[in-house]
Amino acid sequence: MASILFIIIFLYVLSSAGYILFLFAQKQQYHRLAYHTLLAGFIVHTALIGYEFFRIGYLPAQNLHQTLLIAGWSLAGVYLLLKYRYRLNILGVFAAPLTAAIVIFAFCVPSVAVAPTPLFKSLWLVIHIIIIFLAEAALALACGTGILYLIQENAIKTKTNRFFLKRLPSLEFLDRTGYGFIVTGFTLLTIGLITGFVYAQLIWGKFWSWDNKEIWSVISWLIYAALLHGRLVSGWRGRRAAIMAIVGFAALLFTFFGVNFLLEGHHDEFTK
Amino acid sequence: MTNSQSDNGDLTGSPAAGPGLSDIVVIGVNHRTAPLELREKLAFSTHETENALNLLQESSHINEAMIISTCNRVEVLMVTSDSALAIETVSSFMAATKVISRTQLQQSMYVHAGSRAIAHMFRVASSLDSMMIGEPQILGQVKDAFKTAVTKKSTGLILNRLLHKTFSVAKRVRHETGIGGHAVSISYAAVELAKKIFNSLNDKTVLLVGAGEMAELAVEHLMRNTSTSGRLLVANRTFSVGVELADRYRGQAIHLEEIPEKLKTVDIIISSTGSPNYVIAKHHVKPVMRFRRNRPLFFIDIAVPRDIDPAINRISNAYVYDIDDLQGVISENIETRNMESIKAERIVDESVIKFTQWYESLDVVPTIIALRNKLTAISEMELSKTLNSLQHLSDEDRQALLKMTESLVNKILHDPTLFLKNPGSHRNKSVYLDFTRKLFNV
Repeated sequence: MASILFIIIFLYVLSSAGYILFLFAQKQQYHRLAYHTLLAGFIVHTALIGYEFFRIGYLPAQNLHQTLLIAGWSLAGVYLLLKYRYRLNILGVFAAPLTAAIVIFAFCVPSVAVAPTPLFKSLWLVIHIIIIFLAEAALALACGTGILYLIQENAIKTKTNRFFLKRLPSLEFLDRTGYGFIVTGFTLLTIGLITGFVYAQLIWGKFWSWDNKEIWSVISWLIYAALLHGRLVSGWRGRRAAIMAIVGFAALLFTFFGVNFLLEGHHDEFTK
Repeated sequence: MTNSQSDNGDLTGSPAAGPGLSDIVVIGVNHRTAPLELREKLAFSTHETENALNLLQESSHINEAMIISTCNRVEVLMVTSDSALAIETVSSFMAATKVISRTQLQQSMYVHAGSRAIAHMFRVASSLDSMMIGEPQILGQVKDAFKTAVTKKSTGLILNRLLHKTFSVAKRVRHETGIGGHAVSISYAAVELAKKIFNSLNDKTVLLVGAGEMAELAVEHLMRNTSTSGRLLVANRTFSVGVELADRYRGQAIHLEEIPEKLKTVDIIISSTGSPNYVIAKHHVKPVMRFRRNRPLFFIDIAVPRDIDPAINRISNAYVYDIDDLQGVISENIETRNMESIKAERIVDESVIKFTQWYESLDVVPTIIALRNKLTAISEMELSKTLNSLQHLSDEDRQALLKMTESLVNKILHDPTLFLKNPGSHRNKSVYLDFTRKLFNV
């Protein structure tokens, strides 16, 4: 198992190197290399998760090692999918290294065996987990696009940094793409939260139990809701939208890690 | 060279190397050697070019010719059997038709021959010889000149091959180096920056404040990048001038007082008034951003003293570039181009060597030697195969067989050699040489 994980890491790292080379040299062959290795890594990664799923009979998202693998898998998958929609090749410079980092992190934490309970077998849970991670991946890409926007905006404003000015696309394009990612991510996040509530109702008999993770998820959701509302009603675009996308993702990261390490709640065991 | 009595005088009875090879010569003036007024005088219209090509074709020592005439250069490229005479013909023709004194012409004229002429063509088409290195128009102009010459049938084997090679060299230079990659004029730099702010300039509205020459240039570049849906507004102190300019781009003239209101809807503002104070101040822009729903606003200020308050650059989603900022972009880009031109020169050098190899192969002697070597090699190989299976032969027999194959080769080569040295009164021997090489694969 470790050796397959090693192959996946190797492919993701190679892809990251390709994207970084592409950023500097701007040669299409580096982009092709980066894209195809990322795709190859994603395929092996999918196979690994699929194999685990069938071996243990439920979605392998019970400990930190497994959830990180799912997170990395969603990020690579969502990037590969949305790349066709938005044609923002340079975003790979953000997506591929982040995917590689997540999977390397997963490699470093041991996979603690968790006693299977019937709790895990619900279809609602599978849908809840997968959709939440896909949402987080799309919102991570929105955050990456926001960072690219701020870099490019800074290059244009200060008139000094030609390196990024030449390499990054136009502000309007970055803004529109980031918005697209947020709409996708927000929609998935909403569905993910609803399925979570339904699952909670089925298991514990109540939709809402003031669990820390629930609270922080809703806070993140509210941030994105505010961002979308601001854009539609008072035209929050450009710089402000980019910053909000980054803040929103920080809240999501806190929901994922911070809550588990710093606070307590019923999602606890998934991240031990 | 004094053999002007016959056009193929150099072809008859000159078995030694050299004279069989006609020469590629380029003769002309460009922006470095001649002032603009002389270049203007010398310039050929398409019609004049066609007539000139007809005339040059009649001259017996010019085998192939084409004329390149742009605002920066007038050049005649030709393949000639007698370069001194051809140069004389062309320059007297130019002096006569363009009514210029021979001395004035000679002072500003340059002549390149052989591989230097080849290199010159490659450099011209790759825009390495241009006033602004890397400017893209010249390749199209060379292509047009070639097309005109081809329709007039004034080119042949050598120029056709040379020009095709020239186009591919120019293409390589463009693809493999960055000499055409960056804006080197104020107006191009402004358009390039606008493209880094706006995804597409298609649906953008441009407001021109003041009607200076430079501003007009920038507008022209911008309008070329916008489709019909893009709009132009012109605000000028003298309203009638504004109306005139707006009409040219199917735009609309407005009064200066309307500017603050129009900031709500325009996207790009180009300003070049003679006003001593800021025409657009921060307090004009700040309130409109809310109304614009934060859609970006790009100010291009090419006026000295400046028209646009630089503090506007601090408002989010508003960007101000003044003439110094644009100049900064340009000087950096010019540096890049000059660095890239070193790479381009290497590509040119490589290609000149390759082309010269092909071109020299069209000489008679190397062709005959190559032909002889091929036949000798075949006969020697076949002979040794045969002798291996005929071990009973004496040394004399072997010598006799060797003699026989040698004389076979000589006999076979006799007529082709004579023909290649003197293919009759045909002027274009290179065609036969090229054909022979292809036929025998040498």
